[in-house]
Amino acid sequence: MLIAKDIKASYRDTVVLDNVDLHIHRGEFAGVIGANGTGKTTLLKVLTGVKKPLSGTVLLDNLDMKSLSRHEIARIMAVVPQSSFVPPLFTVEDVVSIGRYAHSSKRFTTTASDKTAIDKALCITGTDRFRHRYISELSGGERQEVLIARALAQVPKILLLDEPTANLDIKHQLKILGLVRKLIDAHALTALMVIHDLNLAARFCNKLILLHNGKVHAVGSAEDVLTSKNIAEAYGVRAHIDHNSIAGGLQVTAVECLSESNVVAGEHADILSLRVKEFS
Amino acid sequence: MSHITSKKFSIVVILSVSLVLAALLSVMIGPVFVHPVTIIQFWLEKLSFGLLHYDIQEMHRVIIMNIRMPRVIVAILVGMGLSASGAAMQGLFRNPMAEPYVLGMSSGAAAGASAAIVLGIGGLFGVYAVPVMAFITAVITIFVVYSIAHTDGKVPTETLLLSGIAVGFFLQAAVSFLKLIAPMDALRDVVLWLMGSFAGVTWSDAAIIVVPILAGLFTLLILSRELNAFQFGEETAMHIGIEVELMKRILLTATALITAVAVSTAGIIGFTGLVIPHIARMLVGADQRIQLPVAAVTGGIFLVLADTLARSIARPAEIPIGIITAAVGAPYFVYLLRRRKHAVGWW
Repeated sequence: MLIAKDIKASYRDTVVLDNVDLHIHRGEFAGVIGANGTGKTTLLKVLTGVKKPLSGTVLLDNLDMKSLSRHEIARIMAVVPQSSFVPPLFTVEDVVSIGRYAHSSKRFTTTASDKTAIDKALCITGTDRFRHRYISELSGGERQEVLIARALAQVPKILLLDEPTANLDIKHQLKILGLVRKLIDAHALTALMVIHDLNLAARFCNKLILLHNGKVHAVGSAEDVLTSKNIAEAYGVRAHIDHNSIAGGLQVTAVECLSESNVVAGEHADILSLRVKEFS
Repeated sequence: MSHITSKKFSIVVILSVSLVLAALLSVMIGPVFVHPVTIIQFWLEKLSFGLLHYDIQEMHRVIIMNIRMPRVIVAILVGMGLSASGAAMQGLFRNPMAEPYVLGMSSGAAAGASAAIVLGIGGLFGVYAVPVMAFITAVITIFVVYSIAHTDGKVPTETLLLSGIAVGFFLQAAVSFLKLIAPMDALRDVVLWLMGSFAGVTWSDAAIIVVPILAGLFTLLILSRELNAFQFGEETAMHIGIEVELMKRILLTATALITAVAVSTAGIIGFTGLVIPHIARMLVGADQRIQLPVAAVTGGIFLVLADTLARSIARPAEIPIGIITAAVGAPYFVYLLRRRKHAVGWW
């Protein structure tokens, strides 16, 4: 379980997160969405303990993160970063074995339980087929799978992902999110990802958190959060929302940018959504 | 898996044998040629505590024991230390250009050592005055460099390198000033020593540096798992459970210790910490658990051979070893850059 209470965070004098509350339960896959610069990345940094909030509490499985060492945090929570950079000359197996740091007391050898965890992580993610290859030689999608495998080697209860589908083709987007979904269901993980793609978020997450100006603008199921009113307010975009009959879930189509004056008030958005209905 | 491990194992064996052979060669070569059989006999005598006895000329005994052996041992220790420090710093800062010299640490050590030689500061440490002063200033330097670069709870690599270069320039100016005010005899010492040389190294030098260098190497090796994680970025290191700031401090202190004693004995020897880790990485990959020891042994071989060259190519004069390492290291570095961009151009 991942809980954040009344998080406030800033960079120098600019407040980037204000009054943010989160409740993610076991087995839930939460998606944090919102326009660029609304605090998604900062929220992830606060939740991972990289950035200290000005005030507020983060609870990992009901334990206050402030009272935990990095070592203890790593045994509860794993983070999958964006795969934008990986150092060369590390094999896939090397990379995954790094995830065992918080579990293993052996500095130079791999214990039997490490080996089991590493093999399992490689198998589940399907990365065992290139375990001896250098990670720098792999494609973006394969790298992302390896980084997920490394997180799994930590045997976490909470999994955080930073835009896991950024720069991936449609096949790998589905593959990666399908894998994460499967892992959450199989191990009753608590998971949260930051994601830009609203359709993927709607399809794979069972809870969406829409950030706007550093505050939680809307939270709940895709149907509750992804309304044309919310999207107009948070993104300044007129969007058409449909049920996707083939893949299931919602289908958000961004239609056009709204000029600033159109988005100030919610009532405008209502009118807009009416217009959208007429459109379709 | 097994073929990779056995390949790495054979590389370690080959390098260790090469180190012994390089040491043997270095003891053989000089104004007086000493036959390798004589050297082996000498060591058999030593190691058997006199049980074995061979007919060896007294002159050869003195040359082996008092002149060439300490020099070879010191060259090996310094080469190991500088190379392992370079490998550790490159891993820690995820930057192929990081090494003690670039981050101003060598200049820091040189400033402290020069102050000890020229001004006699640190006299209470006796024979340890120069290395102790060098260590103090090297540690101060790296933490000054570090805190200049420290913004918003983070130390970005670019800022760190720039502040290292800036502080390095300042310290070089300090060393130049010390040279200017140095009395004639001290000036010669400082100038010769700063160019980097193992000339005149004795067993007492070896005795002074052996413990700090081995302690530094041991610390780096113990923390090789952390160094592996640092290569994936500080945030990743944090996420897998490392106390990043604490580890960084320990690692930097260990490299400062190594650099300080290396600089105080042999002056500034460039390129070893830069090039040797690259060679090690190409031989065995980036896993620091194996890369660090391989870099250390390779660095030992490199400096022993470079020192042999330094005292034989312009006989009877000796040329500073810093010139040899730069002459070999700089072109090799360019070659690496051209040939295997991915080995050098990390992200």
